[in-house]
Amino acid sequence: MNELTLYYLAAMSLMLVGFMGLVWKRNLIKMVLAFTLIDTGAHLFLVALGYLPGATAPIVDDAGMFAQAQSLMVRQGAVVDPVVQALVLTAIVIGVGVTALMLSYVVRIYARRGTLDIAELRRLKW
Amino acid sequence: MMLAIDFVVVAVIFVAAVGAMSCKNLVSSVLLGGLASLVASYLFLRMGAPDVAMTEAAIGAALTTVIFLVATRRTQEVEE
Amino acid sequence: MKQLIGSVFVLVMGLFLWSLVPLLGPSAGYLSTYFTQHGVADNHTANLVTAVVVNYRGFDTLGEVLVLFASVSGATFVLRRRDGLPTAQPWPASEFLATGARALFAPLVVFGAYIFVHGHLTPGGGFQGGAVVASAVLMLLLVNRDRHLPHGLMTWLESLSGFGFVLTGLIGLAVGGSFLSNKGLMPLGEWNTLFSGGLIPIIYVLVGIKVGAELSALLDVMFHSTGDADHQEGQA
Repeated sequence: MNELTLYYLAAMSLMLVGFMGLVWKRNLIKMVLAFTLIDTGAHLFLVALGYLPGATAPIVDDAGMFAQAQSLMVRQGAVVDPVVQALVLTAIVIGVGVTALMLSYVVRIYARRGTLDIAELRRLKW
Repeated sequence: MMLAIDFVVVAVIFVAAVGAMSCKNLVSSVLLGGLASLVASYLFLRMGAPDVAMTEAAIGAALTTVIFLVATRRTQEVEE
Repeated sequence: MKQLIGSVFVLVMGLFLWSLVPLLGPSAGYLSTYFTQHGVADNHTANLVTAVVVNYRGFDTLGEVLVLFASVSGATFVLRRRDGLPTAQPWPASEFLATGARALFAPLVVFGAYIFVHGHLTPGGGFQGGAVVASAVLMLLLVNRDRHLPHGLMTWLESLSGFGFVLTGLIGLAVGGSFLSNKGLMPLGEWNTLFSGGLIPIIYVLVGIKVGAELSALLDVMFHSTGDADHQEGQA
């Protein structure tokens, strides 16, 4: 088993555990927590897509590499893919905003109904 | 050696996630979710993404856990 | 029955994800190749992720900041009216926590500012620095539960930094020919020094201020759930 498979395994197990929680749990806060687990799993998955074994982080911090980069001669596979990292960077920040929005709805629902169990929130069904 | 550490870390993530979903106490499950997030930031670091690792540790592990804890406390409080 | 459907769903999902694994390999798409090749030469930034976030995909970042703003205002709106809302009971902070938080507040804000000022040189940037500033605010809120953030100041910070972001983008459009363009307006500077990267550090500082203000407002509303108007009503 190489390391890349291990990272995919971590991402997928997080997503699966999150899906399980989403399907089986009835407490609203646990469901939101399951959402954040799926979120983290998806982030791990995306970053693992850009990972190249043996490559360094996409930060050009020594002069030799800078000279290569100036003349557009960066060796293929020298650094990992920065695009997915930029995507995940912003996705994490959006994730906390969305989580807070969901939790504020949970607090509001609790104030109205006095319960967190979705089985008792009949009027959510249609 | 690094692979062994990665293996342990992935195992910790899995156990923390399962624990977060199956724990009876809401506060412990929120804290286990935070642990899974924090350990995931180590994996980001290993995958050559220090920026993402910093974001995950500062936002995913710290701020999200705090927001969850506040929401948990606010929904367990007895109304007057 | 429901549990059964759920289990089948999760099983199918797991099989689907697992069947993807052999198909995945290291990606070397056109865009990532271009960015790794040209990122440093175009922008003189050491951190390629910053070049992608702020310059190449700067428009996406603008949209992302907008999404964060929308979700924070949504949370504020949902929790705005206090009627019947359970408030977390203020618990007294211990002396240790109070002293530690007061001592750590200023260093944490300075550290956050350091992170977003050096976003183009080292790992980190506006989002991380903003989160660190928000955790400094969090410590203040933990110590003194009745403390309210100055909403007027937060609104001004947020609006001004967002406005500055759009304005910088439009200046790039006027001078360099595309939104958030980094050409022609400012000297790119010498690589690996603080004043390098053209417009990138300016934009990342603005993003840092905006994210910090938004996350602090989010924490404030989660802790108190009383908006500005509500507060004034209480005083009147």
